[in-house]
Formats: sequence, structure tokens, C-alpha cells
Amino acid sequence: MTTQEEKIIGHFGPYGGRFVPEALIGALEELEQAHIAAASDPAFAAELDHLHRTYTGRPSILTEAPRFAEYAGGARILLKREDLNHTGSHKINNVLGQALLTKRMGKKRIIAETGAGQHGVASATVAALMGLECVVYMGEEDTKRQALNVARMKLLGATVVPVTSGSRTLKDAINEAMRDWVTNVETTHYLLGTVAGPHPFPTMVRDFHRIIGVEARAQVLELTGKLPDAVLACVGGGSNAIGIFHPFIDDVSVQLIGLEAGGDGVSTGRHAATISGGTPGVLHGTRSYVLQDENGQTVESHSISAGLDYPGVGPEHAFLHDIGRAQYRAITDAEAMEAFALLCKTEGIIPAIETAHALAGAMQVGREMGPSATLLLNLSGRGDKDVATAAQYFGIEL
Amino acid sequence: MLQLQPNTLELSSKVSLDTPLDQVLARAKSENRAALIAYIPAGFPSHEGCKKVIAAFAAGGVDAIEIGFPYSDPVMDGPTIQAAAVQSLSQGTGAKEVFESLKCATDLGVAAVVMTYWNPIERYGVEKFAESIAANGGSGVITPDLTVEESREWIKATDHSKINRIYVVAPSTSDARLPKVTGSCGGFIYAASLMGVTGTRSSVSSSAADLVARIRRSSDTPVSVGLGVSTREHAKSVAAYADGVIVGSAFINVLLEAPDEESGLRAVKELAEQLAMGVREGR
Repeated sequence: MTTQEEKIIGHFGPYGGRFVPEALIGALEELEQAHIAAASDPAFAAELDHLHRTYTGRPSILTEAPRFAEYAGGARILLKREDLNHTGSHKINNVLGQALLTKRMGKKRIIAETGAGQHGVASATVAALMGLECVVYMGEEDTKRQALNVARMKLLGATVVPVTSGSRTLKDAINEAMRDWVTNVETTHYLLGTVAGPHPFPTMVRDFHRIIGVEARAQVLELTGKLPDAVLACVGGGSNAIGIFHPFIDDVSVQLIGLEAGGDGVSTGRHAATISGGTPGVLHGTRSYVLQDENGQTVESHSISAGLDYPGVGPEHAFLHDIGRAQYRAITDAEAMEAFALLCKTEGIIPAIETAHALAGAMQVGREMGPSATLLLNLSGRGDKDVATAAQYFGIEL
Repeated sequence: MLQLQPNTLELSSKVSLDTPLDQVLARAKSENRAALIAYIPAGFPSHEGCKKVIAAFAAGGVDAIEIGFPYSDPVMDGPTIQAAAVQSLSQGTGAKEVFESLKCATDLGVAAVVMTYWNPIERYGVEKFAESIAANGGSGVITPDLTVEESREWIKATDHSKINRIYVVAPSTSDARLPKVTGSCGGFIYAASLMGVTGTRSSVSSSAADLVARIRRSSDTPVSVGLGVSTREHAKSVAAYADGVIVGSAFINVLLEAPDEESGLRAVKELAEQLAMGVREGR
């Protein structure tokens, strides 16, 4: 009983857990059971693997970036190309897994939150594929910043609900999705898009993204004959980062480096660097680092990247930070955009602005570690959705 | 954690406590009626206005008052209480104002509790929060997003300060789980009448009576029903089977719709009087 209870509670040290209305406990327990059952069911693994090979486009390739590396101290830089997945980012890994679980639980409706629109598009895509009803909650502010993705979701048959409460961004979209879930929990699965939220989401979403790190670890070993010296990824909620970090956690020689959105700079208060500039607290059902004031009110985050613009972070990252297994640095908007432009011009790859934070981190870390180092970087998403933002930033007329 | 049998836990907290909330529910029971419990967020419509609302509650015959701690991310609340929270927070409401409002109610001799999401408690300091509730005459705290599994520190703090822990249970809470949650409740058990968020509705969901009946099978702690209760008729129907009737959004709507503060306060008192009649008509 005790061991089972501890497992159910889902903690990472002092972080994680379940801080939700009692109304949701039944659904979370059902989801946890479905996840546990699927994890030991070869038929589930086979179905997901088949979808990944025939729909997602897995395994995603590894691309070496030698011209970009010249700006990163000459370190060897290897890009894990999650941007080449169907729908343009790593998000599809989690969405396919959860959609299969939704079907197993006999539910016909999914709801999702989205910031940049990547997770919303991935959810709408998979809902279309599997014949599920899909409602996406998106902050009104973000529907304007990411109008192209709103249109995509609508084309895919989803209903997009602009959220006008609070700061009208990702955190408020999550609030609204949770209110929907509390009301419609019997028929509806909340397809949460990151490694945050109440247990089992942080664990389950991580498990669906581990494939990134599993593939990349083997690919790097095959290419270079050794493990990389560091693995880098951007961190908003932290799903792409935990996906690539997790299979390396026991490889103690490999540094794990998460790059948070520093906005105008952590010292300005206008940022979304939750671990670098936040404090432990509870938000959206889990205990982790949170951007909050002295009364425990969530503080609005700021980032040029809608996908990183979130005042919380996954609890496992909080734990990895506290035990010193991973380090987290803040990258400003300006640093991210410089790296964005550089990757475009040196490698012919337009990254997502989220991902550009990791690229800026690689420029720093490469200079620190020198030319003998090998850095593995999760190129988590492509930048098509960001063209308007980037054009505006660089003064390119549309 | 929670190695104790649920019943043992329940007894340990119930035997030792006799808060004003415990007393007012016992009194209502002895009068063969339900208690009327009214909700207002601290700092709404303003810090001073909230104190006037509390006085109107008391004058209107409310038995116990819930002071809400407005929170930036209220996932259990519908548009009405969200709007009130936004208005309150924009005026800088924090823990200080919450405790002042609490004291305002208890100084009037009305049993009062605080209703808050968990993070403000954790930020304030769990032990210190419970102590401040007691120091201001408060009977307990309603914690809508705190699960019993995450309550270790809270149980210690509330036992130490001798205040009631009030958890919310829902129609979806299984029979297997109910005793685990209700066994840790004191004062009353908050039964959510339906699957959903706070807000007024045209009728009270039939799932409320079923839930109360299920709770009573494993607990003799008083049960209060909230969510969607807004009229005298609602209060009457809920009072037929529950020990307490909780009304929140209806009072806030009255205040939001009033042309000025004075008429708003008058309408609050009138609604309280109507509801106070309702809770006496149910049996």
C-alpha cells in the first residue's frame, strides 16, 4: 500500500505531486493506470512505433553543423532534428502517445492548451488522424502572435478557443483547459503538452519524449564513437529538454544544460526563466519553480518566444537543478535572435525561436569547452511559424 | 504518510477541536436546520467594501463566512469569482488583507474560515498561515486544490493551531477514496454539487444529494454543499439533506450588478435574509 501510494503520488524529491481539485483525482488515477498498462504492453509500443515510422517520420536524423560551430568556439555541434517531424516539432511524440491512451480509455474528446501553437497543431493533427473531437485553448494574445497556427488548427478541424482571462497567454490557457476538464472529465482527456501539471503528466509526457534522447544517444555513439560532452535544449515547460536529457542522466560525464527564456534579462524582471529567476511553489497542479510574488500570485512571464513564455517549469527539471545534475541558464531575446539568424545563414535551417535559445546556449558553452568538445543540441522545432516575428525583429518587410 | 486509519484521523481531530464553526454547525443541527455559509473574496469590491459586505452578511443572518484569498490562477472558479479576484488583486490584496477581513468577521461574532488555493499558503509559510488563522479568530481553512496526499505539513500545522481542515469532495470522488478525504476534514466537509467550477446555475444538480448520502455512509462530520446555489429555493432544497449551504457567486453578482455600493450592500443583506429563510425551510 505504502509503496503503491508513493508511486502514485509521483514526486521528484520535493517537487511534483498532485495539487488539483478532488474532481480530477479519478481521471488522473485512470490516466496513470492506462499509462502503466500501456508501458508494459508490447502491442501499445508496436502501435506507437508504427505511427512514428509511418506518420511522424522517426527516427529523426542527426545533422552536424560545422559552419555554425565556428561561432561556438569550434566545438563539434550535432543537431537532433526534431524540427523535421510531422507538424514541425517534438510535440508530436507526446501527442501520439496520449491520443492512443485516450482511445484506450474510451474517451472521444481531447482538450489541449497551446502557447506558440505547436502543441495545439500537433493535438489537432492527431485528433484528425484518430477521429477525436479537439478543442484547443489559446491565450488571446497568443492567437494574435501566432495567427498562422490558429488557421492550421482550424483547417485540421479543431475548435480554437481564445482565452481572455488573466494575462491571456499560455498559463491562462491551461487554467481554462483545467476548468473544461473539471466539467467534462467523464468524456474528455486533457492532452497536456508539457512535462508539468499534476502526476502522472510529468512522468508520462517525459516517457513519450524519451525517444528523442534514446535515438540521439545511439546516433552520437555511432557517429563519434563516444558520448557527447554536453546535451543542450531550450526549457519552457521543459518537454523537449527532458526528452533528450533523460536517457543521459546516468552518463555522469555528460553535462545537461537547459536554456531558459531570459527575455529582456533576468535582472529586469521581464523574463520567463523560471529556474534561474523563480522560487519553489505550486502552479497548475505541481510543485516546482514558479515566477511568483510575495503573496504567491503568479507573475506574468515575458519572452519573444510564445512557446517558452510560461511562469512554471516541469518538476523533474527543478529536481535535476537542485541536485546539480543539470544546469539551467537564461538566454535573452537578443541572444536567441542572434543565434536564430546565425543558424539560418550558416546551415540553411530556420529554427523555432524557442530552439534558438538552445543554439545561443551552444555558442556560449562551445566557447567555454573549446574545440575538443562535442555538443548535442535538440533542434526541437522549425521556425516557419516564427517568420513574421523574425521578419519584424530584423526589419524585413513582408 | 497517512498511515493512520481514516477513522482514527477523523477522531483525533474532531475530539480535540471545538471551533466557532464546529459550534455554529452544532447549533444549526440542534435547531433542525442547515447553516448558511457565505463567501466573499478579501479585497472585493474593495478592502473597506469587503468589511461592509461582511457586516451585511452578519446582519442578514449568515451563520458562517468564507473569506476568499484571491489568486491569480483560480482553476476551480468560474467567470464571476475570477472577475472578483481580478478586481481584488488589482488593488493589491494579499495575506494581510485576508487576515484583516477574517478578523473583521470574527470580531462580529460570526464563525469564519479562509478559502484559498494552496500556493499562497505555501508562500506565506504553512505553519505561520495556520497560526495566523487561529490568531485572528478563524475556525479553519478550505483548500480546494490540496489533496490529502500532499497534506502532511498542513495536517501538522492545523493540528498544532487547532483549526479545521476543510477539503472539497466531488461527485467523481469514489466510494473507496471518500473516507480518506472526509476522515481528514473538520468543521464540515465541502461537497461540490456538480462536476464543474463555481458560478450560479438555474438549479442545484441532483448529484449533490447522492454525494451527501455517500459521504454520510462513512462520516458523521457535517456536510455543506456548494457550487451553483444562489436562491432561497436552492437553499431550501439543499437544506433538506445537507448540514450547510454555501453561497458565493450569487453575492458577487449582486455586488457587480449594483449601481452603487450602498444598494449593493442592501441587496447582499436582502439575499442573505432570503437564503437564511431557505435554510430553515428545508425540513
